[in-house]
Amino acid sequence: MDPTIFLIQLLNGVQYGLLLFLVASGLTLIFGIMGVINLAHGSFYMVGAYLAWSLTQALGSFWLALAAGIVLSVVLGMLLEWLFIRHLYRRDHLQQVLLTYGLILVFSELRSILWGDDVHGVAVPAMLSGSIALTETLAYPVYRFWLSAICVLLAGLMYYLIQHTRLGMMIRAGATNREMTQSLGIDIGLLYRFVFAFGVALAAFAGMIAAPVSSVFPGMGNQVLILCFVVVVIGGLGSVKGALAAALLIGLIDTFGKVVEFELAGFQVLPELAGMSVFVMMAIVLLWRPEGLFSRRLR
Amino acid sequence: MSSDILIEARGIHAYYGASHILHGVDFTIRRGETIGLMGRNGMGKTTLLKSMLGLLPPREGNVLVRGSDMTRAAPYRVARAGIAYVPEGRGIFPNLSVRENLIMAARAGRDGRNDWTLDLVLATFPRLRERLKHGGQQLSGGEQQMLTIARALLTNPDLLILDEATEGLAPLVAQEIWRILHRIRQTGISSIIVDKNLSAVSAISDRNVVLVKGQVVFEGDSDSLRAQPDSLRSWLGV
Ligand SMILES: Nc1ncnc2c1ncn2[C@@H]1O[C@H](COP(=O)(O)OP(=O)(O)O)[C@@H](O)[C@H]1O
Ligand SMILES: [Mg+2]
Repeated sequence: MDPTIFLIQLLNGVQYGLLLFLVASGLTLIFGIMGVINLAHGSFYMVGAYLAWSLTQALGSFWLALAAGIVLSVVLGMLLEWLFIRHLYRRDHLQQVLLTYGLILVFSELRSILWGDDVHGVAVPAMLSGSIALTETLAYPVYRFWLSAICVLLAGLMYYLIQHTRLGMMIRAGATNREMTQSLGIDIGLLYRFVFAFGVALAAFAGMIAAPVSSVFPGMGNQVLILCFVVVVIGGLGSVKGALAAALLIGLIDTFGKVVEFELAGFQVLPELAGMSVFVMMAIVLLWRPEGLFSRRLR
Repeated sequence: MSSDILIEARGIHAYYGASHILHGVDFTIRRGETIGLMGRNGMGKTTLLKSMLGLLPPREGNVLVRGSDMTRAAPYRVARAGIAYVPEGRGIFPNLSVRENLIMAARAGRDGRNDWTLDLVLATFPRLRERLKHGGQQLSGGEQQMLTIARALLTNPDLLILDEATEGLAPLVAQEIWRILHRIRQTGISSIIVDKNLSAVSAISDRNVVLVKGQVVFEGDSDSLRAQPDSLRSWLGV
């Protein structure tokens, strides 16, 4: 492969992986801390993308849309936790899956009513619309660099918040012993509402910033949900660090799987079967380490 | 004197599902008091503590904390009212370091008092200072108990509730815990202490409460408790 093409695919893969991480980290946090399997997580990504599209039109600025979208998704997260999710903490996984699957249908219907079923595009904001020249002939969009940088920043912020602040200590404590955490004077209900809303906002934010580089379409939530589950399973349920490693791995495998040529016994394996590559990867990891790359750090 | 009452539990009936555990228990603790709560295994001591802490709201009866009804209050609100809990089995957070276990819940007391700081706690439990960076699960049983007591003190409570204070600890370690509990008592913090060691409990308590099958069968000071050896044998098996 040509080195510049390789570099571009590498950047694409990393950027895709980082974006996947933003969505998957919320999923793994909510599972690791509250023990809730949230199938509706992909819907928040989809809602974020549609919010970016409709708010950019309404407000005339991608940046304003981003700010408003973050506020709305936090409020949505708080509301959903209060209405539905908090009742699931002590229920088994089947009930969690049923309720959150129901939420997928509700969000899909609401999206159809509010925004229709069309595919949309969001323009890259003018400030970031340029490209950076990598070689004399090839350039890479500034927006994609910005997107990756934001993801790295958020990953770092999350790490700091969870590992080095008292809030993070309380959250980790609550993940192992809810009763004891409460008996130390910590309002765990409020803390969980905050964590859930944070997870929702992360997924929605990922959808918002992804909108300018991919199209905004009805099925995008389910597509990302499946990949996120692959990420969470490979990374180790509940492990944020694992989610980062796995998301990058999936991002790279998925990207390179589509451009690498690979023939086995006269059969064109790649890119023909590129769509399967991440699942093959998951199967390999699970055979080798059933607990995932990083076993739960939070629980 | 009612303003001095920290917790007043009246006519508590507590259940786990269908099993009726506490049958109308009355229990009061005042500021500065140390109470020994005794009874054989399974008599309802832990259940009584949990009923008062909001962890197992009683089906009947009331729990007043400083005069206000907290029968069904969330456990964190009871804790915020100045009550700290050292549970049976200790409740260390294994995924947090010793230092994190200590500071995660540290706060000023109800009246803004900050007597117990990290420094004072580490001076009281020097062994914890050497272990600050270790994970909670790496500690010995005695160190874990010190950590839970230290963690409770850092919330600057008015009342410290210890369930099975020295259970499973080597005699020397248990002795050290008792010494520390005496020191804590001298600072004016009230305590409810559950422990199997009758002589150690009666040496520190102002008053003792004995539970048999979810009912209070004795309430009084240590001398009058010791004056009834026959009853002691049937109540406590000693
Ligand atoms: N979680 C529970 N579910 C059902 N029964 C319980 C539970 N915890 C305790 N019990 C029962 O309640 C009774 C009192 O228990 P407990 O208050 O723990 O006693 P103690 O602390 O005095 O040893 C016992 O008979 C015990 O078997
Ligand atoms: Mg007990």
